Amino acid sequence: MTDDPASDLTPIERRDLRRLAAFMVPASADYGVPGADDAMIFGDIVRSLGRDAGDVRATLALLREAAGGDFADLDEAQAETAAMALLGREGPAIEALGRAVLQCYYRDDRVMRALGLEPRSPFPKGHALDPGDWSLLDAVRGRPRMWRDVDGGTA
Amino acid sequence: MAVDAHPGTARPSDAIVDVLIIGAGASGAAVAWSLADTRMKILCLEQGDWIRPTDFPSNGRDWEARRYADFDISPNRRARDTDYPVNDDNSLMKIANFNGVGGGTVLYTAHYPRMHPSDFRVRSLDGVADDWPIDYWTLEPYFAENDRMTGVAGLAGDPAYPPHQPTLPAVPLGRTGTLYARAANKLGWHWWPSDIAVATSEVDGRAKCINLGHCTPGCAQGAKASVDITYWPAALRAGVELRTRCRVREITTDDRGMASGVVYYDANGVERFQPAEMVILAANGIGTPRLLLNSASTRFPNGLANSSGLVGRNLMLHPWPIVSGYVADELDGGRAPITSLWSKQFYETDASRDFVRGYTLQFGRGTGPATEAITSAASGRLPWGRDHHRVYRGLLNHRVAIGVACEDLPEAHNRVTLDPVLKDSHGIPAPRIDYTLSDNTRRMMEHGIASAEEILTAAGAKNLSASRTVLNSPGHLLGTARMGTDPARSVVNEWGRCHDVKNLFIVDGSIWVTSGGVNPTSTIQALALYIADRIKQRLATLFD
Ligand SMILES: Cc1cc2nc3c(=O)[nH]c(=O)nc-3n(C[C@H](O)[C@H](O)[C@H](O)COP(=O)(O)OP(=O)(O)OC[C@H]3O[C@@H](n4cnc5c(N)ncnc54)[C@H](O)[C@@H]3O)c2cc1C
Repeated sequence: MTDDPASDLTPIERRDLRRLAAFMVPASADYGVPGADDAMIFGDIVRSLGRDAGDVRATLALLREAAGGDFADLDEAQAETAAMALLGREGPAIEALGRAVLQCYYRDDRVMRALGLEPRSPFPKGHALDPGDWSLLDAVRGRPRMWRDVDGGTA
Repeated sequence: MAVDAHPGTARPSDAIVDVLIIGAGASGAAVAWSLADTRMKILCLEQGDWIRPTDFPSNGRDWEARRYADFDISPNRRARDTDYPVNDDNSLMKIANFNGVGGGTVLYTAHYPRMHPSDFRVRSLDGVADDWPIDYWTLEPYFAENDRMTGVAGLAGDPAYPPHQPTLPAVPLGRTGTLYARAANKLGWHWWPSDIAVATSEVDGRAKCINLGHCTPGCAQGAKASVDITYWPAALRAGVELRTRCRVREITTDDRGMASGVVYYDANGVERFQPAEMVILAANGIGTPRLLLNSASTRFPNGLANSSGLVGRNLMLHPWPIVSGYVADELDGGRAPITSLWSKQFYETDASRDFVRGYTLQFGRGTGPATEAITSAASGRLPWGRDHHRVYRGLLNHRVAIGVACEDLPEAHNRVTLDPVLKDSHGIPAPRIDYTLSDNTRRMMEHGIASAEEILTAAGAKNLSASRTVLNSPGHLLGTARMGTDPARSVVNEWGRCHDVKNLFIVDGSIWVTSGGVNPTSTIQALALYIADRIKQRLATLFD
C-alpha cells in the first residue's frame, strides 16, 4: 500500500516517532543493519502508515504522556525509559505501532541482505523447495483404514 | 442491457434472465459452470471486482504489508469499497472473507480436504446435532468432477481418508515437512500429504507453482486454484454473464410467493431491478442469511425462506487454535504454500476422549521476514531495543506452526442477524455475529493444543505458544440456512431448494448441517455441482 497519510502526522509527531523507532529497532554494527530511524526506512514508515495511522498517532500521544512533556527534550536515558514503558504496554494500538515500523524495516534492502535474503518481491522468481524425504511415508502407507466407512461406500 | 420500467417503481429494470446467481465465489462459479450446458440465460451478480494477477501482493516489495491492508482477511480492516462491514465484536472468532470474483478463494489457503463419510452421519454415529439428508457417496462423483476442474495436488492411498485420486503430484515436503514427518513417525501418528488446490504441474494452461510464499494473499502466478481462474473462464466461454460491482440489496417476491428477481446497486450506484425465473444464492454463510433477512416483506415478515426461524442460526466457524514453536534447524520460512501435510490421528470420534467428533492437525511452514517480526513482537517473543536483532535471528526461518482445525457443532444461538446500526456503503443493513464456543469445542481445542504441543516437542521445538483467546479466523462460514427434509427444521431441502420459495436455491456454505473438521471449499463446491445436477434433472418440474 502506498497510502500517504504523512500529512496526518504533525512535525512533532514525526520527530517523536523517529526517535521512538530508534529505540524499537536500533542500528547495530554487530549485525550490520541500520536502525528503524534510518532516513529511508523512516520515510517508508511514514508513507505507509495507512490503516494504522490513527493508532500510531494515539501511541505517540501516550508517549508524550509517559514522557511527562516533550519526548524530544528528554535525555537519552530518560527517553529510553519512556519509550520502553510505552512499548511494554499491550493492546491493538501498540501492535499497530509495531506493525507500522516492522513492515517497513523488514523490507529494506540493507536489512534483507544482512539477513542473507534477496531484496526482491516473491514474484516472478519464486523460491526453490527441497523435495524432502518421502521414504518417511513408508511408516504410514499400508496402515489399516482409520476413516469410518458409513453408508456402504466401499462395501 | 435492456431497460424496462418495473411496475410500481421508478427504478430501471433489466431484461429477465432464466437463472440469477448472487455471488461469484466458490459455489457461485461452480453452479454457473454446471448449469451453462442447459443453454439457459444465466446471469451472476457480484458485488466485488475481478482481481488481476498483477494486483496481488507478491508482485511488490510491500507483499507482507498488504496482508494487513487491501488484502487483509478481515473485511472490516480491508474496507475496500466492494466490502461490506461485519459486526463481529460479540464473537471470539472474527469473520474473514473476500468479496470479488472468486469470493473467498481469492484469499484462501487452498487446503482442499473433503469431508469424511462419517461427517454426514453425526447424529447416527455420535448422537449429536443432525445427520445430513445426503451422504458422502452421493457426493463422491461431484468431488471427483470438482477436483478435475480445480486441479488438486495430493497423494492417493491415505489410510485415514476415503479413497480418491488427486489430479496432481503432492506439494514437496521441504525441510519443514520432513521435520514434521519425522516427529509424527517418532510418535507413531498418522500424517499424509494434504490435498491442496495448487498446480504442482501445469494444468489447463495454468502455470505451475513456483513457491511465492503462502497462498493466502492470492497467487500472482495463477497456480492457486481460485475460481476466477478455474470455473469462471469456462463458465463465461459457455455463455454465462457475470456483472461485477453489482450489490444485491434484496430478493423480491411476487404475489404467489415466488422469487421474482432482485433489487441491486450497479457499478454507478444506480438502484436497479433484475427480474429472474429463478434465483440461486451463493453469497456465503454470512452474505446469504444477511440477504434473506434483508428481504423481509409483508408475506415473509421474518425474512425470506425463514418460516423455520433458522435463517442465520447454527453458524459454524471452525475454531482454529494455532500452536507454534521454534526449532534449531533452519527451515523453509514462508517461502512456499503454508501447509502441505495433515494428520488425521484425532479426526474420528474416540469414546475414550472427553469430547465427540474430532479435528485435523495442519502442519504449517514459517512466515516471511516482516510477518515473523510483527507477530513475534505482538506476542512478546521478540523484544524491542538492543536484543531485538539477536532474538530475531533465532526466529526467522525457525518457526513451526500447527493449525488445529476443530469441528464446531451447530448451536441455534450462534447466529447472523442484521445489525440495527451498522450499514454498508449503499445503506444496506450489515450483518452482526453472535458466536460462543461450546464446552465440547473447548475440550476438543484443549486436546488439539496438547496434541500439537506433543508433536512439536517431538520435533525438537522450544518456545511453544498456543492462543486460546485470539483464534485464527479461517474464513469458513457455514450452517446459517441448513439443509434438511423437514421444513420446520431446515431452510432448504436435500437438493438446495428453499422449502418456502420454490424457485429460490442456496448453494453456498450456509446449507451445511454440520461442519466436519476440515476446510470446507471442496465440499461446498461438490454440493454446488450436485445441486446443479439435481436442477438439470428436474427442469420440467423444478418449481412443483
Ligand atoms: C483467508 C481465508 C483463507 C481460507 N482458506 C481456506 C482453505 O485453505 N481451504 C478451504 O477449503 N477454504 C478456505 N477458506 C474458505 C473459502 O474461501 C470459503 O469456504 C469459500 O470461498 C466459500 O464459498 P462460498 O461460495 O460459500 O462463498 P464465497 O466464496 O465467499 O463467495 C461469496 C460471494 O458472494 C458475494 N456476495 C455476497 N453478498 C453479495 C451481495 N449482496 N451482492 C452481490 N454479491 C454478493 C461476495 O462478494 C463473494 O464474492 C478461506 C477463506 C479465507 C477468507
